[in-house]
Amino acid sequence: MAFLEIDEVHKSFGHNEVLKGVSLDVERHEVVCLIGASGSGKSTLLRCVNALEQISSGSIRIDGDTVTGPGVDLNVLRRDVGIVFQSYNLFPHMSVIENVMLAPTMVGGLTKDEAHERGMKLLESVGMVEKADAYPDSLSGGQQQRVAIVRALAMQPRVMLLDEITAALDPELVGDVLEIVRELAHGGLTMLLATHEMGFAKEVASQVCFLDAGSILEHGPAEQIFEAPREERTQQFLSRVVKSGRL
Amino acid sequence: MSSASTGLVSDELQPSPVPSQPRRVSGLAVIAIAVAVAGTLLLVLAGKWLRDYNSNGPVSTTVAAVLVLASLYPWRYIVAAFAADRRRAALLRDDQLVEARRISASGREEALIAMGYAAAAVILALLLMFVLTSSGAVAQTFFELHNIKRSWKEVTKGFWTNIWVAVVAEVLVLILGLLVAIVRMLPGRSGAPLRFLATVYADAFRAIPAIIVIFLVVFGIIGSKMPVLSKLPPTWLGLFALTLTYTAYVSEVYRAGLSSIHPSQAAAARSLGLSYSQTLRTVLVPQAVRRVIPPLLNDFIGLQKDTALLSIAGISEAFQVSTYWQSYTFSMSPVIVPAILFIIITIPQARFVDYLINRDARRRAGGH
Repeated sequence: MAFLEIDEVHKSFGHNEVLKGVSLDVERHEVVCLIGASGSGKSTLLRCVNALEQISSGSIRIDGDTVTGPGVDLNVLRRDVGIVFQSYNLFPHMSVIENVMLAPTMVGGLTKDEAHERGMKLLESVGMVEKADAYPDSLSGGQQQRVAIVRALAMQPRVMLLDEITAALDPELVGDVLEIVRELAHGGLTMLLATHEMGFAKEVASQVCFLDAGSILEHGPAEQIFEAPREERTQQFLSRVVKSGRL
Repeated sequence: MSSASTGLVSDELQPSPVPSQPRRVSGLAVIAIAVAVAGTLLLVLAGKWLRDYNSNGPVSTTVAAVLVLASLYPWRYIVAAFAADRRRAALLRDDQLVEARRISASGREEALIAMGYAAAAVILALLLMFVLTSSGAVAQTFFELHNIKRSWKEVTKGFWTNIWVAVVAEVLVLILGLLVAIVRMLPGRSGAPLRFLATVYADAFRAIPAIIVIFLVVFGIIGSKMPVLSKLPPTWLGLFALTLTYTAYVSEVYRAGLSSIHPSQAAAARSLGLSYSQTLRTVLVPQAVRRVIPPLLNDFIGLQKDTALLSIAGISEAFQVSTYWQSYTFSMSPVIVPAILFIIITIPQARFVDYLINRDARRRAGGH
């Protein structure tokens, strides 16, 4: 039994079916990359995994426990699953360290001092200690995204979902953020990430899934997907990516 | 690949348009002269009336002289505008088109400035003449210093009622308005009945004129044999009536603020494991409140003014006291006193709201 099991998940917004039966197993310590065009359902899938969107049918299990449908303890689920968004979504009225400390003190049961200590340690490991008292608006995009990652990590999640976290960054800031993700991957954190950074996916992913129009068209080890894609749609997608200079 | 063959870029040149002539200054300057002359003449006349009204007192003579002198200020700009017009003509003869255009632009600007000041002088003169017309009828009615002085002390004392009613009502409105707004945004089917009630309340009390609410609440409750409530002083009942009306308004302001927070903020908070109420308390409400402070203060200025409506319930606030003096002295002047007092407390707040709005605008523009 895999750690994270996504089984025949369907999701519709009104009459628009965004996920058409997605199934995916993620083992512990695995890094799975979701690639595919915009609108193919990558973000929706991630948002379904921590119940920011309710699925229409199917099931999602984490460590054998079903986390979809009525009666699920959403707060416990979300404590176990961290998510980082493309647009950072830091709380603009709180300083960096307050952003990081909020969830550990409010739902993690830590005291202020413990949360502060954990937060500062994490900020130090991403080189953001000196910005602890700054407000998000005064930070660059790359700095904000590093804080957002730390904010999610402060809850010590068992799975991290990363939703195109470098898509809104200036090219020279992408490296810093990817370096952190790389470190998390080497540290053995289970991650599911949607990305347009094909080179990075190739490097860190143990498994790559190509989503097309709401279903996983092809999945396998990174080398296979990038070097020898079987599906025609995958080939088309990758050749377009190469043409745009992204791979 | 040559540029022509792609079809995106064309080698054909567009013919350049004929450069336009600099616009004339003299027309504007002549209009400015007309307005300036009118302003000066009217002020001379108004100054004469002022002197007549004050039986040629030295103060009125000085004021009249200063006003007439001030009305000459636009001439400075008129002279400059004509100088610019001559300079423009000279430059055009020398074929210095760009320089001529520049001179003409600054000349027209000067003519417009002269017009602005002269128009203000005309309006000021007309106002003064209105106040002094038929040997000071208006001044006599509204600004009779003698009666203002007589009523001043008691009206000011009554004004304290307006102030404390406004302050207490504002505190209540601040809390209750937020509650109503939050109830109106309760999620899901379980929240539907309360949502409905809150909507009905907000709609109804925004619809009913405040004066009717005050009338019904104060006289209705005093007339009824309700326990506790009917024993309250009328001022408190009036305060509750104002609170009812303004809570409805302010709940809408809060609601606008809450719904202006991007859903991604709630998603981020929920994804960290915060419950709905924790998200509301720590993420949504603090941001919403910051955003709605200017419109909130605007509503509070309205509330302060509406404390004068308590007079219909016989509560002795400033306006009520001043109407008593009005009927006692047969002069309108005492009623000017509460008007002045409201101006005194409202203007600083209005400027403060402007300051906050400007600061927000600057922040959104990128500064800090």
